[in-house]
Amino acid sequence: MNPWPFVFAAYAIALGGTASLLLWAWRSMCAAEAQADSLKRRA
Amino acid sequence: MHGYANPARFLKFARPATGWFLWIGLLLLAPGILGGLFVTPPDYLQGETVRILYIHVPAAWLGMAGWAGIAAASLAQIVWRHPLSAIAGRAVAPAGATFAAICLATGSIWGRPTWGTWWEWDGRLTSMLILFFLYLGYIALAWAERERGGDGRMAALFGLVGAINLPIIHYSVMWWRTLHQGQSISITGGSSIAPELLWPLPLTLVGFSLLFGAVVLMRMRAELAAAKFEARLRRTSTE
Repeated sequence: MNPWPFVFAAYAIALGGTASLLLWAWRSMCAAEAQADSLKRRA
Repeated sequence: MHGYANPARFLKFARPATGWFLWIGLLLLAPGILGGLFVTPPDYLQGETVRILYIHVPAAWLGMAGWAGIAAASLAQIVWRHPLSAIAGRAVAPAGATFAAICLATGSIWGRPTWGTWWEWDGRLTSMLILFFLYLGYIALAWAERERGGDGRMAALFGLVGAINLPIIHYSVMWWRTLHQGQSISITGGSSIAPELLWPLPLTLVGFSLLFGAVVLMRMRAELAAAKFEARLRRTSTE
């Protein structure tokens, strides 16, 4: 059994999952902070 | 520590720390991943599949550490009623659930060429799967409580009770000796893994941990900004 497809699949899941988590957290933080700032400017 | 329960003081620390955690985490992870994939020699018994170790172990550690963080935040909420503790618990949960899922998926992929099976109802695998379901339950409960405008006490109690699973996961390889191997690295007692194979592991462990920390800080900042927005909206609507 060739082990490399298993190794690459495991790395793809780990790195893909971590990157997706970081992207989601970053985008939700930027959106929430921009929304809070927009109301501050309007006030 | 109590000083950082103040949201303004916490943000003063969190804003610069988010970038530091993110960039140092990525800088450590890159050589750890490349070293683990292409530099270390294959294991005499497992061959190339041993390379999954460098991502599986950090994912398992963060899946468990995440729940330890939820339990600590829950305790702080119940005992001291820290204003940030419920936010911290909700921020840790998605990151912990993701790493618990990564641990289960990479373990399953590792199991197929090594054990000849994708899954076995072994003590370690089953208790880790239970941890993943506990995360899903905590996320559903904490989000529902926030939507209802509750103080998050039910989620905090769930977070504390769920911590019972942590020693079960840790000792499962000694209590039920089935497929999963026993502990080969300990914080106090060194390691049974050869140094030529081991060196990328601290890099990926610290790298993934810092990225986990960056996600938690970003989620806490997002929740604090959303709370600030809602408070301002209420204030302007009553003026």
